[in-house]
Amino acid sequence: MKAIPLMIRAIKGLMMRHLPGMVTCAEFEAFIADYDDGRLTDRERRVFAWHLRMCPDCRRYLTAYRRTVEMAGRAFPVPGEPVPDEVPDDLVQAILAARDVRR
Amino acid sequence: MTPRRAPRPEGPPGPDREQIDLVDALRAGDALAYTALIRRHGRRLLHAARRLLGSEEDARDCVQETFVQAFRRIGAFEGRADLGTWLHRIAINQALMKLRSRSRHPEASIEELLPEFDRFGCRIEPVWQWSETVDEMLARRQTRELVVDKIAALPEDYRIVLMLRDVEEYDTREVADLLGVSTNVVKVRLHRARAALKRLLEPLFAEARP
Repeated sequence: MKAIPLMIRAIKGLMMRHLPGMVTCAEFEAFIADYDDGRLTDRERRVFAWHLRMCPDCRRYLTAYRRTVEMAGRAFPVPGEPVPDEVPDDLVQAILAARDVRR
Repeated sequence: MTPRRAPRPEGPPGPDREQIDLVDALRAGDALAYTALIRRHGRRLLHAARRLLGSEEDARDCVQETFVQAFRRIGAFEGRADLGTWLHRIAINQALMKLRSRSRHPEASIEELLPEFDRFGCRIEPVWQWSETVDEMLARRQTRELVVDKIAALPEDYRIVLMLRDVEEYDTREVADLLGVSTNVVKVRLHRARAALKRLLEPLFAEARP
């Protein structure tokens, strides 16, 4: 049962490795950060887009990766309160006292 | 739209006269300078710490520890840098350490969390499934806490880059300057941190890995 998927993966790997303008998933991985930063050359962007079109695993990966970034950014809530006008006096005193103790 | 991150520290990009005088006074051990530093920068640090930690008590501890460390390390502060940004970096590190101490999980090894490929160079990726938007998921406190917990479980070098870039929304150059590393190092660490976090969050979305 597992022989067929294995063969498909082997063929896919060979195609990605050897056909012109293609990269393997492992090589594609190195492009992601630069793609998201807008730092790929035109040629690299074409290679990136072509791999993504051909590879459902990398499409799934990239979707999940971007969702992860979004979740990380929003996991910490926007503070309900504005920046305080000043530092509470008791906190200032506590900081100065802590400094004195540890000197 | 409300910005997600806390306001950036005040002050122009280069050191102003006031900062230079303040740093000189701190180095000389002037007691009034310590109070001035706290009054000038403390409120924004408190605001950031409240956001990251969600607890008033922890936020105050974080700000206190930030200043105590800053007083101790003021000799190593580079005069060209912005004092507010330098303090902000210390505060974020302090907040992350607090989050780590709350975390139920030991620090993960980055190598074990990076993407996997088979011997043909093909990606090994589970099928992700979700029916909710990110907002819907994060509306549940339990999910939000899990994400924070997993960020806290990342190895420190990666965690700080992810926090500064994706949570505090500094750009790559700013993060590089804050950490004293090259932009290339920031890029690599950020990508690895995101990939590792994705792996840590898989139980939230994914079926079993193939």
